Amino acid sequence: MMNRREFCKKTMIAVGGLVLPLAAFEVFDPSTLRAEKEGRGKTRWAFLVDTRKCVGCGFCVKACKVENEVPYDANVTRTWVERYVTTTDGKTYIDSPKGGRDGFTTMKIDQNLEGMHEIKAEEISRAFFVPKLCNQCDNPPCVQVCPVGATYQTEDGVVLVDRTWCIGCGYCIMGCPYSVRFFHPVYHVAEKCNFCYHRISKGMKTACVDACPFEARRIGNLKDPDDPVTKIIMTERVNVLKEEFGTKPQVFYLGLSKEVK
Amino acid sequence: MKNHVLRPVFVVIAVVVGIVFTRTLLVPGDFGVYERGYMYGWHRKSNEEEWKTVRVKYKTSKACPECHEDKYNAIKDSPHAMISCENCHGPSYDHPKDPLGLSIDRRRDLCVRCHSYLPYKTSGRGDIPGINPETHYPQAECVMCHIPHNPKPMNQKPEVKS
Repeated sequence: MMNRREFCKKTMIAVGGLVLPLAAFEVFDPSTLRAEKEGRGKTRWAFLVDTRKCVGCGFCVKACKVENEVPYDANVTRTWVERYVTTTDGKTYIDSPKGGRDGFTTMKIDQNLEGMHEIKAEEISRAFFVPKLCNQCDNPPCVQVCPVGATYQTEDGVVLVDRTWCIGCGYCIMGCPYSVRFFHPVYHVAEKCNFCYHRISKGMKTACVDACPFEARRIGNLKDPDDPVTKIIMTERVNVLKEEFGTKPQVFYLGLSKEVK
Repeated sequence: MKNHVLRPVFVVIAVVVGIVFTRTLLVPGDFGVYERGYMYGWHRKSNEEEWKTVRVKYKTSKACPECHEDKYNAIKDSPHAMISCENCHGPSYDHPKDPLGLSIDRRRDLCVRCHSYLPYKTSGRGDIPGINPETHYPQAECVMCHIPHNPKPMNQKPEVKS
C-alpha cells in the first residue's frame, strides 16, 4: 500500500517527466529542416576584407564606435585592426593599440607586459594589417550557448543580441572563438558587430565599409550571383579565420597568411 | 476516487497551470522559433525591428556635393578624394537640419593615421608618402602648410612656399 507522501512524490516525477520534453511531440516538418539548411530568403550577408589594401588608418574603428554608440574611450570595440610584423629571424609581433582606433603611427609594437618593442626597418621581412569583425558564422557557437534565446541569427545571416532579453551570463563571450563579443559598458549586456543592421537593411553599407578609403572592407549578398563581392568570394583565393572550429565564418579574407589567428 | 488521492492531483494541476500562466505573462507573444530553427532562430521577433531603427549617423559623401560643390571640385582630382567627407568632418546625422554645421577635425592625429611613415613594403602603407610625426614640425597642425583637399606637395599654401 502506497502512503500519501510517496504518492505525491511519484505524481510529481510523472508530471515532470511528461511536461519537460514537450518538444519531442512536435510534428516533424521536412520543409522546416530544408529551410534550416538552406534558408528561404534572398539575402545572406557576407563580408570581404582585403588585407593587402589595408593601411591601418583605423577610420573603420572610429566610424564603427560612433555609428553604433560604443563608448569611444572604453577599451572595447565591435571591430578592430591588428598589425602583424614578421622579422627576418622569423618572429611575428602583433598589436592593436586601442583596437587601432587612432591608427598605427609608430614603429613601436605594443607587447603588453614586455613593453614597447621597436623593430628596425631592415629587420622587417613582412608587415601587414588585418581588420577583424564578427564573422556572422553559419554555425554561430555564441548563439548555441545562449541559455535564454537573447542572441539569435536572422534570416539574412546576421547574429543579433536582444538587449532586453540578455541576462549577462557571458557564455557567448566565452563561446566565440574570434573574441568579437564583449559586455557593453552602458547596457551591461553582450555586445557585438551586427554588420550595421540598421544600415544594411536600408540598402546602405556598413559604417566601416563607408569609412574605408582603400576599399579594404566590402560587404555583399552571397545569394546574389551578380554581386561583385560574391563574385570575388566565389572565384578568387579567399580564406576564413579558424576554419578548424567548424563555425563556417562568413567574413572572407584576401591575402591572409598563417600568422593571422 | 477517494478525496486523499484527488487532493494532491489538484495541487499538481494548480502548480502546472500556475507555471504556464506566469510564463505567458513573462514571455513576449512574438517569442518563438523563426527562420534559422531551434538552434539559431529562437528569439523575440520584434527585436530585429528594434535593431533596424538605430539612428544612422554616417550618411556617406553622396549628398555633400549638392550644396558644397566648390569643395567637391577642389578634392575630386586629388588622391584624398577616396576619403569619405565624414572621416574628417564628422558624421553628418541630419545635416543641414540637425546639426546646422559640422565640426572639422584639424588635428595632426587625423593625418598621421596614414601619413606617419611605416616602412611596410608588403602592405599598402609602405607606398603612402609619410613623415615621422615626432620630428616633422611636431608643434604645428598639418593644415598650417598643407591643403587637405588638394594635398600634393606642390600645392602647399603660398605663404609656406615663399
